[in-house]
Amino acid sequence: MLHKLGGSCSWMVVMGCLALGVSVSRTSAAAEELRIGFVAPMTGGFAQVGKDMSNGFQMYLDEVGGSFAGAKVKFIVEDSEAKPPVAVRKAEKLVLQDKVHMLVGGLLASTGYALAPVSTRQKTVYIASVPSADDLTQRQSADYPYVIRTGWSSSQPSHPFGEWACQQGYKRIVTIGADFAFGYEVVGGFQRAFESCGGKVIQKIWPPLGTQDFGPYIPTLKKDADAIFTLMAGPMSLQFPKQLADAGIKKPVLGGGTSYDEFVLPSMGDEVHGHVSALQYSAALDTPKNAAFVKKYREKYGKVPSYYSESNYTTAQMIHEVFKKTGGKWPGAQKFIETLSKMKFDAVRGPVHFDDMRNPVQNVYIKKIERKKMFGYPNDELWNTVTKTYPNVSQFWNYGKTEFLKQPVYSRDYPPCKFCE
Amino acid sequence: MFLTDRGKLWTVFVIVLALAILAPFASAYVILLVTQALILAILAMSLDILLGFTGLPSLGQAAYLGMGAYLTAILATRYDFGLGWSFWVVIVLGILIGAATAALFGLFAIRAAGVSFLMITLALGMCVWGLAYRWNSMTGGDNGINIPARPKFGIQLADGVTYYYLVLFFFVMSLAMLYVLIKSPFGRSLVGIRERELRMRILGYNTWLHKYIAFVIAGGFGGLAGVLWAHLNGIVSPQVVVLATSVDALLMVVLGGPGTLVGGAIGAAVVVFLRDYLSTVVPWWQYVLGGVYVLTILYLPGGLMGIPARIRRWREEQAGPGQEKKR
Repeated sequence: MLHKLGGSCSWMVVMGCLALGVSVSRTSAAAEELRIGFVAPMTGGFAQVGKDMSNGFQMYLDEVGGSFAGAKVKFIVEDSEAKPPVAVRKAEKLVLQDKVHMLVGGLLASTGYALAPVSTRQKTVYIASVPSADDLTQRQSADYPYVIRTGWSSSQPSHPFGEWACQQGYKRIVTIGADFAFGYEVVGGFQRAFESCGGKVIQKIWPPLGTQDFGPYIPTLKKDADAIFTLMAGPMSLQFPKQLADAGIKKPVLGGGTSYDEFVLPSMGDEVHGHVSALQYSAALDTPKNAAFVKKYREKYGKVPSYYSESNYTTAQMIHEVFKKTGGKWPGAQKFIETLSKMKFDAVRGPVHFDDMRNPVQNVYIKKIERKKMFGYPNDELWNTVTKTYPNVSQFWNYGKTEFLKQPVYSRDYPPCKFCE
Repeated sequence: MFLTDRGKLWTVFVIVLALAILAPFASAYVILLVTQALILAILAMSLDILLGFTGLPSLGQAAYLGMGAYLTAILATRYDFGLGWSFWVVIVLGILIGAATAALFGLFAIRAAGVSFLMITLALGMCVWGLAYRWNSMTGGDNGINIPARPKFGIQLADGVTYYYLVLFFFVMSLAMLYVLIKSPFGRSLVGIRERELRMRILGYNTWLHKYIAFVIAGGFGGLAGVLWAHLNGIVSPQVVVLATSVDALLMVVLGGPGTLVGGAIGAAVVVFLRDYLSTVVPWWQYVLGGVYVLTILYLPGGLMGIPARIRRWREEQAGPGQEKKR
């Protein structure tokens, strides 16, 4: 008996190997199947964010019963480990082996930059639902005709935020941002907008990504600044405000979206009370649509949705709307992009449409962290209360597209720190 | 061992032939995986020269892969160089830059041995990573560099199968050259250094120079792997040069069997299969990979290549001494 089992086991291995080679040659028999390849980190340091992302998409799928206007959705999640080369290989696996119609996801900007060429090479749609690297839909958008972004570009919320900072009467601001491309873009956008309405960025500090101890940086923050602008990512978001409070610094703190999004907010304490950030989504957005979304998401996954979840939920909704238009048929990559980029959506985050470089034009919310009750939950919790809405913000803000694209992408040295002391 | 040297050569020859013949029938994704495994095999074999034959456990092999890859990407994007026939020049340059980097690092590293050698190579590898990560204007920092397209010169390397054959060609060439190297008197003296450096020195060998040359050669093959790697992914990011890549290469050699050359290739194949294929099937692939590593180190000190020898020994024990005499 055991012997037989062993025999059949080895057969299974052989068959498995064959299947590895053969399964691919099987073409899609049913035309009504929509295969979506989802690339997100499922292991490693960013695994929880990846989970938030896929949960958002999955929740929408569950809501509509797993089919978009008659097309049955096959949702295939692959682990990118938050490493660009791995993301590329997984994307190619999805395209070559699973014959997906589109790739969705990616988390870090670097992953976005890695996946975009795959979409061009394989002539497959890539929906960047989270990667926010500016140039994907700016200076390089012509290279990636099959890329459309449903999330945001890094500097998009920073521009109105800079203007808002001026209106608060801040004159001199120091910035402290994680030392990587995303940090440069968020801080750069803020600096540009803040300085074009008369403010001055007097100091820029770049602690390395993953810094735990801000001890060497906090004392160097200029004492005569009116406010601090921070851009943190991951665990840094939690460490920095705590250590800032411990150092007894009471200055107003402004932050890029990821410094205070709902992914990190529940782990924060009262030290962040009153901190202000800007993003295209807040879980505390007081609309019926968002209230329903938050309640449902929280019931299902036990936590308040972050923008990672909302973005992917909305992405699923957008794909669904396109399929409603096409009558449940896959229109082909080019047509899909064309259709999607011309549509207007009533999303959880608010109204969304696309500019001609396929980046969303959407509301940007200025959000202040408050401890309060929301949506009928019994406990006092930290929420990103929306204090001001900038409607229909484009990635070019009010600089004009051609003017904006003439300048280089925001970097460590651009915009130059004219007022640094 | 089961096989004589000639027998082993034949086995390798048959496997390579099978790889060449079966390719057009395999799916595009399998081709991609095998291509990847072959490139990593070149890297692992280059490391085996150090680890297996010379007894130098290097934790910086990814540095040479990175140098080759970044060179390729920078030449392609900034100077439009290496996307036609000039690809062959880039191959040579890639080998040279790998070797040159190793020649520089070797000056620091070779004087050490054992754990110190491990640490120095680790530190030097991290230097290259730091360079890749921080030199934004040149390397694109965290975002890395996208290579616009694979080279074409009469043949289109953009085609997965064509590129696979190119990589297979380089793999076979590397294997052959490294094989000749280890069978040469120079290779023998490396093994001598591994076994007992003092004796070699007393015999009049300049052991420092021998180790240094081996280090540089390994760097050169690392650089070659880097050029191929860059065009495989179409993107070069600091992720290529992180410590994990060096550790992977080390584990591939240990897994396959150090001091066997083809062991590195087998290790590379197993790791790629487990990591890239299994990870698409089950979410707990990391446990399998970890388990395989642990079991190999515990029970197969000679790596997977040591299995035939173990089986033979086991059989002899089963058969008993009488039986053996009859044979």
